[in-house]
Amino acid sequence: MAAILLILLIVGGTAALSWPLGRYMRWAMDPLTLTGPAGRCDRWFRAVGGRLTHREQDWKQYCLSLLTFNVVTFTVSFAFLALQPWLPLNPDGRQEIEGSLIFNTVASFTTNTNLQHYSGEVSMSHLSQLCALMWQQFVSAATGIAALAAMARGLAGRATMGNFFVDLQRATFLVLLPLALVVAFLLVLGGVPMTLEGAARALTLEGAEQLIARGPVAAFVAIKQLGTNGGGFFGPNSTHPFENPGFFTNVVSTMAIIVIPMAAVWMFGRIVGRMRHATVLFAVMMALLLAKLGVALVWEAAPTQAFANLPIAQDVGNLEGKELRFGAAAGPVWAVMTTCTSNGSVNCMHDSLNPLTGLVPMVGMWLNATFGGVGVGLINMFIYIVLAVFVAGMMVGRTPEYLGRRVEVREVKLAVLAMFTHALLILGGTALFAASPWGAGTLNNTGAHGFSEILYEFSSAAANNGSGFEGLGDNTVPWNVATGLVMLLARFIPILLPLAIAGFLARKRATAPSVGTLGIDTVTFGVMLIATILFLGALTFFPAAALGPIAEHLQFMK
Amino acid sequence: MESLVTSLRIAFVTLLVGAGGYTAVVLGFARLAAPATAAGSLIARPDGTVVGSRLLAQAFTQPRYFWPRPSAVGYNAAGAGGSNKSPTSPDLTARGEQVVAAHGATAARPLPADLAAASGGGLDPHITERAALWQVERVAAARERPPTEVETLVRRHAFAPGGFMTQERLVNVLELNLALDRP
Repeated sequence: MAAILLILLIVGGTAALSWPLGRYMRWAMDPLTLTGPAGRCDRWFRAVGGRLTHREQDWKQYCLSLLTFNVVTFTVSFAFLALQPWLPLNPDGRQEIEGSLIFNTVASFTTNTNLQHYSGEVSMSHLSQLCALMWQQFVSAATGIAALAAMARGLAGRATMGNFFVDLQRATFLVLLPLALVVAFLLVLGGVPMTLEGAARALTLEGAEQLIARGPVAAFVAIKQLGTNGGGFFGPNSTHPFENPGFFTNVVSTMAIIVIPMAAVWMFGRIVGRMRHATVLFAVMMALLLAKLGVALVWEAAPTQAFANLPIAQDVGNLEGKELRFGAAAGPVWAVMTTCTSNGSVNCMHDSLNPLTGLVPMVGMWLNATFGGVGVGLINMFIYIVLAVFVAGMMVGRTPEYLGRRVEVREVKLAVLAMFTHALLILGGTALFAASPWGAGTLNNTGAHGFSEILYEFSSAAANNGSGFEGLGDNTVPWNVATGLVMLLARFIPILLPLAIAGFLARKRATAPSVGTLGIDTVTFGVMLIATILFLGALTFFPAAALGPIAEHLQFMK
Repeated sequence: MESLVTSLRIAFVTLLVGAGGYTAVVLGFARLAAPATAAGSLIARPDGTVVGSRLLAQAFTQPRYFWPRPSAVGYNAAGAGGSNKSPTSPDLTARGEQVVAAHGATAARPLPADLAAASGGGLDPHITERAALWQVERVAAARERPPTEVETLVRRHAFAPGGFMTQERLVNVLELNLALDRP
């Protein structure tokens, strides 16, 4: 009962908030007129950016600007981390960071993944946290939102896709910054620390010394949650009482995970001028989200298998790796939300989820389009849409169309390539590391669960998620290099290919809908889309799932 | 080339506002609105020595105190973490056996599960009210105080973190133990 109330509050409340936010995001990202405040912001952004921002860009120029900017942010973050011992705001005297770990961390934060092979309170100075990592949490998220706005403009049939540098500033300053301030204020009121002081020293009641790491946590956590970033200030992320001190902060943080991804659907609908189509997409995503929530809650209500034969009263489900203050359902709810989107923050340890519950986050990352990462979630969904209209077109023998434009060989090839890349990076990487000491030598659990740790890590890197089966000893050179490369490829290929598709579609002549056109505003289309997602997206990974979580579950079946 | 210059300009401005201005505003708000929790919810004795944070668990092993949940990192508040063991792992069974023995649980009087399962960050400051009541007998005996008195103290400290959306009432272990020590 409490679980259902919690889900109603979080999912229902966020869905309700997403509507006005979607409206606002449309205003912020793609203003209809440049008068009033929108115009003033626009002039300011163009003044900051200089001459290049006065030019409208086609998809190639847009992509090139996106890549250039990301190269710059990568370099700046890298410099901050590499120079850490010599920079200020380092009250606890954090030392140099090893090279492959810097590469992995910077790749991770540039790609909006926030996979963390380091532990924040052990390795990072306050300056590194703020200027290398939190800054990326703003601009990498803004990159995703900008890319979505560009894709939507292409699909709306406009001649150009906008200007990346203006879009990036709009997303940073008009969307992310105000929301982050609101969430940070709420977190501060909920008891999250916010200070530039170093660790506090305590003498415990039993006379031991306890060193208490702290820092500017509230500001960091707010944007971490909102920008589908997920990289925590502390190692154990939002399970740490300083990141998430109570029931109230947990509700706020969970809602912050998914509010922008939900609103992005409405923003998209408004830009392409097809709100009914956006509603169908929203419903498809919501159906998948609720299905995953249901499965996770049911499986996580099962007690901890390892305590089965001990005198331990287990009537509240599996508590290993969970915090009591959030309530019993909060762990699996967050686990589903954080992997439906590409957030990757955690409020319970996913490694310690029951085997089949642990499969649900993996499915979330394999599909990666149930609302998905800010901006990029819908871009991933666009791949499925292209494939769905193509398959549907083949079934009825008509040339497939999307938003009045013909989807032809070139577009479908690119869509298949994007999907294939995702699968190849996950399954190829898993195979390589499971078969070599690179992976097998770093496990925290044996057998099928050990395999799951490897599978999860590559899924997380390829989905730009960032959560992990954290027992994995992943701070090794092979892991740092491999997942770093996977994150970079898995970030930019699935942004560039859909932008190319949208660019190609935009150049085609719009055709009037005929009787043979597959209506994209209908329930039929929704069902077709779900079927495509499940058959193409999920089944690709079924054999791997059978070797990991499913095998582990069956081993203990009674 | 022009693209690079534009990128640098925007990187500079976003860094200034996103990392600098934003942090300063939140810091200012925290100092005004919640100075105590902003510094880490530290609890100090009258003489000023800090005994811990009310948000973080610390180790308790003496029978005269209530014990927290197990911690995979030894209650290290400068390097937190969970066990990350699968719920099917034999390592968890071994820890379960240890905890059961330490608490002296029996089949007739089984241990509440939260006292056997480690939390995600290893710093969960709470145990369930049930788990606290379960320990009353030991604490009262060690302090030579009537169990009803200790039980009353536990019940007074119990709270529902999510109001009507909470199934289980909790107790903050450090605060409860501080209250026990007060004459």
